[in-house]
Amino acid sequence: MQEVFTKSMARNIYYGGSAFFLLLFLALTFDTHQAWPARDNHQNLTEQVAAGKRLWERNNCIGCHTLLGEGAYFAPELGNVYKRFGENKEAIKAFIRSRPVEGIPGRRSMPQFNFTDAELDEIVEFLKYTSEINTENWPPNIQG
Amino acid sequence: MQYQSQSVAKLYFMAAIGLFLAQVLFGLIMGLQYVMGDFLFPEIPFNVARMVHTNSLIVWLLMGFMGAAYYLVPEESQRELYSPKLAVLMFWVFLVAAALTVIGYLSVPYATLAQITGNDLLPTMGREFLEQPTITKIGIVVVALAFLYNIGMTVLTGRKTVVTIVLLTGLVGLAVFFLFSFYNPDNLVKDKYYWWFVVHLWVEGVWELILASILAFVLIKVTGVDREVIEKWLYVIIAMALITGIIGTGHHFYWIGAPGYWQWWGSIFSALEPIPFFIMTLFAFNVINKRKREHPNKAAVLWAMGTAVLAFLGAGVWGFLHTLAPVNYYTHGSQITAAHGHMAFFGAYVMVVLTIISFAWPLMHGQQAKSNAKQVLEMWSFWLMSVSMVFITLFLTGAGILQVYLQRYSDVPQAFMVVQEKISLFYWMREVSGLVFLVGVILFILSFLPERKVQAA
Repeated sequence: MQEVFTKSMARNIYYGGSAFFLLLFLALTFDTHQAWPARDNHQNLTEQVAAGKRLWERNNCIGCHTLLGEGAYFAPELGNVYKRFGENKEAIKAFIRSRPVEGIPGRRSMPQFNFTDAELDEIVEFLKYTSEINTENWPPNIQG
Repeated sequence: MQYQSQSVAKLYFMAAIGLFLAQVLFGLIMGLQYVMGDFLFPEIPFNVARMVHTNSLIVWLLMGFMGAAYYLVPEESQRELYSPKLAVLMFWVFLVAAALTVIGYLSVPYATLAQITGNDLLPTMGREFLEQPTITKIGIVVVALAFLYNIGMTVLTGRKTVVTIVLLTGLVGLAVFFLFSFYNPDNLVKDKYYWWFVVHLWVEGVWELILASILAFVLIKVTGVDREVIEKWLYVIIAMALITGIIGTGHHFYWIGAPGYWQWWGSIFSALEPIPFFIMTLFAFNVINKRKREHPNKAAVLWAMGTAVLAFLGAGVWGFLHTLAPVNYYTHGSQITAAHGHMAFFGAYVMVVLTIISFAWPLMHGQQAKSNAKQVLEMWSFWLMSVSMVFITLFLTGAGILQVYLQRYSDVPQAFMVVQEKISLFYWMREVSGLVFLVGVILFILSFLPERKVQAA
């Protein structure tokens, strides 16, 4: 063993292999950038959507929900919530608006964030934009 | 302990264990909120508890890595630390920044924290694991740079060993990839893609270098096996880790708007990701079998073996379970993910930090190992933590399989919250396992308290 496979061979595999696959990863990342315009729904990325994303971040929505499957697993997936609510913006806004301040006894409840009407529009537009990203047909069904 | 400056590691190890306890307590709060939805609502909503749980994990592991580096680098480099004062100063900066951040999470609404800390100037908050205020992130960068300077100067001006070079490479990678946390474009797809440059390239990339080098150091010390042999193993492990893990990042790109070919790249390479962990298990058992001495610190040897086994199970086996794209299509973002996350983090990173603490703590207090009684107590903590974590993982896996079936796989998919109620039994069992884990953490701490206090009690 000692003679057949030496430490310097192991070291060379480490340096060579890591460098090769890091470069391959960068090349694939470059190619991914080329593919995005057709997939990432950027044509609908308006100022309002960007503001909605900031609002999403500012209130740490990801701390309970998943978005495209990433986040916490305490509350429903929201990547497709726009479609789950029948593409009804008013229904989503009404849901967010109606969360009780003190929660629901014994049950999980979303906090009351006291969003303004403008903010509600922003978050809904952000969720609509997200639902139109090409996600390779994920999630498997409307329940997320 | 051969060099006086190694003792700065004490501070880091103490803070790490303190934060570990906080992490577990907040984990128990979250576990209870899963089954008693209004527990502590609205004072500590789930998302706040989760930030404390995950962020304190990250900070205490970083503290553990830094403590490990401060302990082992002088010994390997055969010189005192470049600047022990800088190490102490950075410890307090890091601890105060972490404490202020946690106080911020718990005392004001997150949106208020974002406003106070000027998130609008450079918005980086509100993304999973990267919830820290931008100013905290800048603080982390400052601490990391000072730390790297200190460790780097010590390594480069002293005896260079494979252990220290690999450790330094891992630590530099850790700092470099963290910089992606400052990139937060409006385009959600790009945001998510580069978010993984921090998260995946940390835990399935450069952190594995840190893990393997710490484990190698401890095994050199406790087994007395020839350094040449251990260094060869180390190279093989980290070579396989990076060869599989870098392209393996692709298993996160399946469903977030990246091209479909990532399903192939991600599936194939991440299916190979268990290999380095399996080699690590072989490595640990092999060198312990061929040990040339009986080290008196049996608890540390137990932790080292436990790391190798549970890292393979948690990161390797439970990772493979849901990494293939056709499987992941159903399991993505379910309790299966949570199950994997728990055992992988525990087995790989928590356990390696506990290994080095177990090994180094007695040496920093002038003894080879603790008394037999204390070691027995520590071994109890090992088994309680390890076994309860296996059960946490199994219960979450059970919950996840049912969740995936009821919500995504059956002919009549049911709504998320409906399914959550149906699987609550598994969440209760997880919570009970979590309580056993807490007992394990407490025993661990007790086993490190000074001898005389226990006699008094």
